[in-house]
Amino acid sequence: MNEEIQQAITALEERFSVEAEEFRGEINLTVAGEELVAVCQMLRDDFDFKFMEIMTAVDYWPEQEPRFHVIYKLYSIEKKLRIGLRVPVAGIEPKLPTVVDLFANANWREREIWDMFGIRFEGHPDLRRILMPHDWQGHPLRKDYPLGYEEVQFSFNAEEVDQDKPYAKE
Amino acid sequence: MGIEQKAGDLGAVTMRLEQAVNWARTYAMWPMLFGLACCAIEMMAGQAAKHDMSRFGMELMRATPRQSDLMIISGRVTRKMAPVLRLLYDQMPEPKWVISMGDCASCGGVFNNYAIVQGVDEIMPVDVYVAGCPPRPEALVHGILTLHEKVRGETIKTWA
Repeated sequence: MNEEIQQAITALEERFSVEAEEFRGEINLTVAGEELVAVCQMLRDDFDFKFMEIMTAVDYWPEQEPRFHVIYKLYSIEKKLRIGLRVPVAGIEPKLPTVVDLFANANWREREIWDMFGIRFEGHPDLRRILMPHDWQGHPLRKDYPLGYEEVQFSFNAEEVDQDKPYAKE
Repeated sequence: MGIEQKAGDLGAVTMRLEQAVNWARTYAMWPMLFGLACCAIEMMAGQAAKHDMSRFGMELMRATPRQSDLMIISGRVTRKMAPVLRLLYDQMPEPKWVISMGDCASCGGVFNNYAIVQGVDEIMPVDVYVAGCPPRPEALVHGILTLHEKVRGETIKTWA
């Protein structure tokens, strides 16, 4: 493990309940939701991870509890180092504090995660759908969201399915 | 044998009004200039030198719906794109035709999911469906010729 990253992890472990894990040179920290903003703040201000490369989420339902993991990848442009944060989020209406005040590009990322997974970011300035139509119901990338919305037509059920198909009149 | 032998020295050709109008319509059927997905690449190839759709009077892609007669749905239609397409369709002047190019536009193709409209015929009437994923330019040309055949069969009754 890189020395500077090791320093950062030791400093974080003193103050917060983070858990570091290395896999093929990639370092990931598991962080609790309540401490997320403070951890990001420390990484950005004290250890120069000033750029948030990626922010995304994964739904592990039904294998894992808590079902959602929100993932942040921070990059230090000066030191050329990368560190990942993994935040487990539970519940039917999952919530996390926003990091828009630290990384401005989190704005659209958090809107995307809200749109696709329904994870609400508290304190976000403008949390509304970004990809799906504004009147959409549900959050499509959740594992319990139905896969297809129309039954597939084969020769044996073509007419049956055809009856329910909403054709345009004119 | 040319037309002058049939018409003699009269300098006039007689034909039914339907024939004349349908002939004019088929040989200046201008498609709208837009593409939705990978089928659009094949459509562009169809317009380019090798396949050259201008042989069928389709060389002019119009950038506005108000000047176009034909809408080629070249690719998958997302649910978010559907109202936009319907608006463009409504802005086209009559008579207008629609070709649904490729599997995704015709029935959703491999994308049976929340994001893709399962067949563009859910939002607008379609005249010709072209199968293929994506169809080759020849297939599109065949679809267009099929549409021409359909238009040539129209009568005054169908115009009204």
